Amino acid sequence: MTDRQNPSNEQLLSLFERMTLIRLMEERLRADSAAGKLPGAVHLYIGQEAVAVGVCANLRDSDWIASTHRGHGHFLAKGGDPKAMMAEIWGKRTGICKGMGGSMHVADLSKGILGANGIVGGGFAIATGAALSAKLSGNGRIAVAFFGDGAANQGVFMECLNVSTLWQLPLVFVCEYNHFCEFTPTATVTAGEIADRARAFKIPCEVVDGNDVMAVWSAAAKAVAWARSGKGPAFVEAQTYRIQGHLESEDLFLAGGKYREKKEIDEWRKLDPISRFGQSLLSKGVCTTGTLDSISTKIAGVVEDAVKFAEASEPADPELTFDVMFAGQKP
Amino acid sequence: MPRKRYIQAINEALFEEMERDPKVIVFGEDVELAIFGDTRGLLERFGRDRIRNTPICEATLAGMAVGAAITGYRVVFHMMFSNFIYTGFDAIANQMAKLRLMTGGQIELPITVIAGYGGGRSTAAQHSDTPHPLLMNLGGLNVLVPATPADAKGLLKEAIRGKNPSFFLEASGRGGDSGEVPDGDYTVPFGKAAIARAGNDVTVVAVGSMLKPALSAAEKLQSAGIGVEVIDPRTLVPLDAETIVRSVRKTGRAVIVDEARDRCSAASHIAAIVADKAFSSLKGPVKRVTVPDVSMPYAPNAESRVLPSENQIAQVATDLVHSKQFA
Repeated sequence: MTDRQNPSNEQLLSLFERMTLIRLMEERLRADSAAGKLPGAVHLYIGQEAVAVGVCANLRDSDWIASTHRGHGHFLAKGGDPKAMMAEIWGKRTGICKGMGGSMHVADLSKGILGANGIVGGGFAIATGAALSAKLSGNGRIAVAFFGDGAANQGVFMECLNVSTLWQLPLVFVCEYNHFCEFTPTATVTAGEIADRARAFKIPCEVVDGNDVMAVWSAAAKAVAWARSGKGPAFVEAQTYRIQGHLESEDLFLAGGKYREKKEIDEWRKLDPISRFGQSLLSKGVCTTGTLDSISTKIAGVVEDAVKFAEASEPADPELTFDVMFAGQKP
Repeated sequence: MPRKRYIQAINEALFEEMERDPKVIVFGEDVELAIFGDTRGLLERFGRDRIRNTPICEATLAGMAVGAAITGYRVVFHMMFSNFIYTGFDAIANQMAKLRLMTGGQIELPITVIAGYGGGRSTAAQHSDTPHPLLMNLGGLNVLVPATPADAKGLLKEAIRGKNPSFFLEASGRGGDSGEVPDGDYTVPFGKAAIARAGNDVTVVAVGSMLKPALSAAEKLQSAGIGVEVIDPRTLVPLDAETIVRSVRKTGRAVIVDEARDRCSAASHIAAIVADKAFSSLKGPVKRVTVPDVSMPYAPNAESRVLPSENQIAQVATDLVHSKQFA
């Protein structure tokens, strides 16, 4: 347990604002996906906002994160530009990856965002490599591997727990237990507790309510401090719930098949991380309803601007495909 | 020029590049002990921060190479036998080969993967593969197949200094072969084939480990009055198609020799290019000498049955030259 200061009111409002940004961006993407405006599929982060925001609030710009296919929230929480993200998902040349990556691959190296990743479990080893780099450089950076409960069943998870413990790498594993592995409930394909896999390596481990941003924030603060102090990796499991489908448009191919009950979704909606945090801010007298409303209004404007920017941008440059395959070399 | 062994040339390249740039790091299974000899002495000189043994977990190591390269290191990842490329293949195919494009060119990936390939030493099917066709097909990887000590040293130095992932494939059975190696610092550029021997009657393109039997076959055919031009592509990605096509336009005949299995081999790819670009010069069909579509057997006599040999290359080239079919 590390001594740490409680966040200031300003910081608390900033957490609320960042979570709201993710939510409104995702809601807009949901609508635009349903309207057929987006070229590819989107995997939305609605309901999990507290995890990315609670963790990334403890990171520096120079720290690295590796994200997942459900990566918009991590991108925005780490300081990625909403306009550049939106344009990327729209397949535009002004996108953060110039339209070459899309929703599942948003990355901004200048912000330490090593990228969302379309391969489940693909981020573990990349984050571990970044942590090795940080350790060798002695630059005080750390790396965070965000991953889902589905990815925890990939072998590379165990491999990275092993090597990062062995070499005492500055790495934080953040498991977002959202209860689903694509279209399969996690409990039906997972033996034991995921956190026990980290405990087996004697990695400091905390399991928290992932819909409580302050719980995530506190656990992440400890984990980040541990990793930064050179003691090796730390592990946080955030229990949350995937409100949306594995991907938008899944109803089209599930053909009426179901993998969960509406009742279950409704129960989790009652635990919505943004409403809960808003209520808590009000009850603690941090701010008034008016403050929260004005944040939401401001963020709605940011999202609207991002969409306008994306819509107005030129489509990706197809020739760029050939230019960026290799650095300084034709494919 | 001094003569050096193939494995010694690789060792020198690693030494010199690690000396030259403190950002060069080497990791892999058993690299500290240097079981192939190519990493010998590096631990004593550079210490464990820069060269270290890893657990046996290729999928993670390939991904870590990507992570460390994106964040500022020049990574040399030693995979030992090239069959282990398969165990690390997810991160190779899905991350290493693709991340630069997927990030819109935000990153460079200075990664050199070293792996020994090929048969001939009774290592059986799981230690004898030639996965260069698979790597060539991924698109985002350079594929290097040095056949001589001099090229091994020069290509490895070029790879380590580069900005892109490169697979440096060592011919496993060639480690003890020696050849002249230039003194001093030099690199061999990618995408420049070498004309290993000049001739006018038939072009033999020999990939990596196949250069040696191809040169022996050429020597043998010389006494039979057949002039063989032997081309060593040196790198398969990028491929110097121009030099190959120019030679075939001159000789009118092409034999491609490759230790890969025939189906979708480097040989079939090169044959297709030759058929496309030198069609009007061809005096006969484009021939391939490759490993049949079987796994490498263990017994030495069974191995010899499937590996391309000097005699087989000589026979195919002779038949092609004497073929009246298209004359």
